[in-house]
Amino acid sequence: MTERQHLKDHFIEQRIFQNRSIVAIFFTLVLFGILIFRLYILQITNHEHFTTLSQNNRVSVQAIPPTRGLIYDRNGIILAENLPSYTLQIIPEQTTDIDGLINDLSLLVDIREIDIKKFKKEVRRKRRFEGIPLRFRLNDEEVAIISVNLHRLPGVEIKAQLSRFYPYGTETAHVVGYVGRINEKELKRLPITNYSGTNHTGKLGIEKSYEALLHGQVGYQKVETNVRGRVQRVLERSNPTPGDDLYLNLDIKLQQVAIEAFEGKRGALVAINPENGHILSMVSMPDYDANLFVNGIDSKSYNALNQSWERPLFNRTVLGSYPPGSTIKPFFALAGLESNTIQLDHQVFCPGFYRLKGKAHKYRDWKKWGHGKTDIEKSIVQSCDVFYYDLAFKLGIDKMHKFMTLFGFGKRSGIDILGERSGLMPSKKWKKRVHNQVWFPGETVIAGIGQGYVLVTPLQLALGTATLANGGHYFQPQLVSAIQRKSDIIPRQVIPQMIRQIPILRQENWDEIYHGMTEVIHGARGTARRLNKPGMRYKIAGKTGTAQVFSVAQDASYKEDELEERLKDHALFMAFAPAKNPKIAIAVVIENGGHGGSVAAPIAGKVIAAHLSQFSDEELKRPAQKLPEKTPGQTAPPADPDNSSSTPVYSLKQAQHEGHNHG
Amino acid sequence: MASRTSSQSLFFRLHIDITLLMGLVALIALGQIILYSASGENVALMQRQGIRLGIAFIVMLVIAQISPDALRRWSPILFIIGTVMLVAVLFFGTKALGAQRWLNLGLFRFQPSEMMKLAVPMMLAWYLSSGHIPPRKGHLLLALIILMLPVLLIAKQPDLGTSLLVTSAGLFVIFMAGVSWQLILGFAFAGMAFTIPMWLFLMRDYQRQRVLTMLNPESDPLGSGYHIIQSKIAIGSGGTFGKGWLNGTQSHLEFLPERHTDFIFSVFAEEFGFSGILLLLSLYLFVIFRGIYITSQAHGTFSRLLGASIVLTFLVYIFVNIGMVSGILPVVGVPLPLVSYGGTSIVTLLAGFGILMSIHTHRKLLAH
Repeated sequence: MTERQHLKDHFIEQRIFQNRSIVAIFFTLVLFGILIFRLYILQITNHEHFTTLSQNNRVSVQAIPPTRGLIYDRNGIILAENLPSYTLQIIPEQTTDIDGLINDLSLLVDIREIDIKKFKKEVRRKRRFEGIPLRFRLNDEEVAIISVNLHRLPGVEIKAQLSRFYPYGTETAHVVGYVGRINEKELKRLPITNYSGTNHTGKLGIEKSYEALLHGQVGYQKVETNVRGRVQRVLERSNPTPGDDLYLNLDIKLQQVAIEAFEGKRGALVAINPENGHILSMVSMPDYDANLFVNGIDSKSYNALNQSWERPLFNRTVLGSYPPGSTIKPFFALAGLESNTIQLDHQVFCPGFYRLKGKAHKYRDWKKWGHGKTDIEKSIVQSCDVFYYDLAFKLGIDKMHKFMTLFGFGKRSGIDILGERSGLMPSKKWKKRVHNQVWFPGETVIAGIGQGYVLVTPLQLALGTATLANGGHYFQPQLVSAIQRKSDIIPRQVIPQMIRQIPILRQENWDEIYHGMTEVIHGARGTARRLNKPGMRYKIAGKTGTAQVFSVAQDASYKEDELEERLKDHALFMAFAPAKNPKIAIAVVIENGGHGGSVAAPIAGKVIAAHLSQFSDEELKRPAQKLPEKTPGQTAPPADPDNSSSTPVYSLKQAQHEGHNHG
Repeated sequence: MASRTSSQSLFFRLHIDITLLMGLVALIALGQIILYSASGENVALMQRQGIRLGIAFIVMLVIAQISPDALRRWSPILFIIGTVMLVAVLFFGTKALGAQRWLNLGLFRFQPSEMMKLAVPMMLAWYLSSGHIPPRKGHLLLALIILMLPVLLIAKQPDLGTSLLVTSAGLFVIFMAGVSWQLILGFAFAGMAFTIPMWLFLMRDYQRQRVLTMLNPESDPLGSGYHIIQSKIAIGSGGTFGKGWLNGTQSHLEFLPERHTDFIFSVFAEEFGFSGILLLLSLYLFVIFRGIYITSQAHGTFSRLLGASIVLTFLVYIFVNIGMVSGILPVVGVPLPLVSYGGTSIVTLLAGFGILMSIHTHRKLLAH
């Protein structure tokens, strides 16, 4: 580039830049002009209009909360409903001395510390013109007292509202859960607009996991209020959309039978329909009344529940991890057969103990003098430990782990309530990862009788039993069976989700296990023969279990009655019935109950009897229906095979997804 | 006259433009006064903002020491680093409030899009100043590509406010470089055509909702329309002289949401009224005109293009923020510059003014 060109360019550049700078100044003045003009309109021309809005006649928007969806059991019995109740609220904007006002109110009606605490928390997050609840569920007398004094209580109002009520509050606390007042953590998570009129949200169980569906869509009304905040007239109204109703697979009558059968013992019971993974009953004892939590439980009652050594708040069905003890034996026997490790004619001699080659340590059988010659059937019927010590050693822990994982052990089941535990089905890899130690053969041996590292939740045991009963169809357990959206004519069924079909090597292997389990109840020497009653319309297949809570020193005998209650063995029982055409699979755990056969089995027997009483002899004898071969997609048979043909099919994932979208 | 020259030369040696500095300090002081009221007299919040302001001032003074020549040489590298970080944000960014804007660098979180508010105009000024002025068509096309790449990355996060500011920063560089008016009109039409696919594919639901609500705030009185309705009431009820400092009912009765960040102007308007607004706008105008004066005196194409872009982007900040709180523009999340509470934007803004000071005070040294 020559000097001359450069100068010329420089000159042109300078001129362009000057022109553009002038344009920029003009541009700036125009934009500022627009702003000033706009603000002049707002502040000077329309000043009075906005002052009126701001001070005298305030147009405010009130949220109208949607009605929460109801929850029914499988027979349409209502488990969660909304009852009208009166709430005492204060509008902070209309009062100058909130503390004084609360003090005045507490002279008229009972106001607890916790009510005031929650109220104050809410004052901080809500708009000043919104009513904030101080006391829920006023009784008629309280309503009358406040109404009479209302003229000298500025900012106080009594509002008729719906309040959640659980008619079977204790029976369903661990399943349906409960709603409670929204706390600060939830406030951050929940969509703020949709919850602007809502005081409660699901805290536990179905109420929590289906919150998006149960809640519904908020409505609003625009109202004109006077300087005191009293509504003058409604200008505009948009109605809320109520939440969806849910139908559960749970049978509340069966639930009651089960709870009664517990007779106050601690433990858990889960009953599943093996044909589809539907949860028929889910009991965790002791229980508590979910209604206590709806409007805030006082700290004294809460501490009493929370600190009790019996842990009533603890949902044992999905959170309790127990050694399965002998209930695991049918699974291991099947593992041995299906992996060709043992054959149907396999026998072991049981002298009352087992010893690893070259080791002195004795693994004791529960029967001190031994079972003698023991085949597969006898090993299940009499629960021979030595047979399974030996089998476990032959299988090795990794094969056991692989096989048991197919039945869902050691994994979360994906049941539709939140927070379940995964239990534990150990493997060499697991021990390396978690404890950074190698696996010892002795640990395999005790895993063979469901002790050592092995832990199951009652739900897993029931689910494993259901999978065993139905020929290896592993279903995702499901509490909700159908969702009734208000805009739909009929409820949408939730499709049972079959996760996998466990490959079957030989059907005879499975039949042998079924036979052995049936003999546990119906054989002369079965460990649960007390369930065998004359004139039974069906046969039960099952397995007892007794799980040690602590290990006993070598060769030391122990007496149960000398032990402290809490160190006693857990009693377990798993079963399905009818043995040939299973309609119910069940698992029972009684904490520190002692023997499975005498304590856990009778409870299962009562629940099975109650459930099967609704079927005719014909139905009980009908051969097991063919289950689908593969995981069903959108076209799978709906939840209830009886009235399904005309109902729309709906998957749970889809349902929850939609719920979130409109939430 | 003599004393003025000597004091000027002292600040000159320190690379500070005292006129601009006074304008900025006055604005920030006014901002702090209203922030105290808008935050509900929250002293802890004021202290946090004070620390940020201190950091921002240090950044400004440090940048003022760097000569425009050095800035020019660093421009491409800064741009590449920024773009790479934007891509990184897309993959490893930290999420907050539904948008993925931050990069977690262990010690602190960094928002690369904020840096691009300066890196993009620097890059474009570097590119266009190294070629013919006014730029030829090929250069122009490449300049637009350089601009669109980071803008799309930022819009994807999604951060509509920042992508808008980066776009205008870039377009101002191109505009100042002397693009012909025919081309500008052509692009304006093309831009309108671009808004249709942007509406359909790029914008998130919440952004579309904001635009729709702006057009008709009454349609969503519980949600986003609530902000605008309440903000207009606050501004309108302020009147000529306002309700007085700390006496805004709309803001103190908590009708106004986000009142110490994006909606702080409404608090100002309510408490100080139209007369207060005229004062605030005069201060803004003072800073802008000083900026335009600095660029008109600048030596070198790079300095001029960059300086003008920084000043005009500042103008866009003001217009978009006040426009949105007064209900003539959609709520896009642009803070009121130097007044709103928040750390990153104030640092970027003052860094920009640092560049202006550098342009102004390195001028004579260059002339030698």
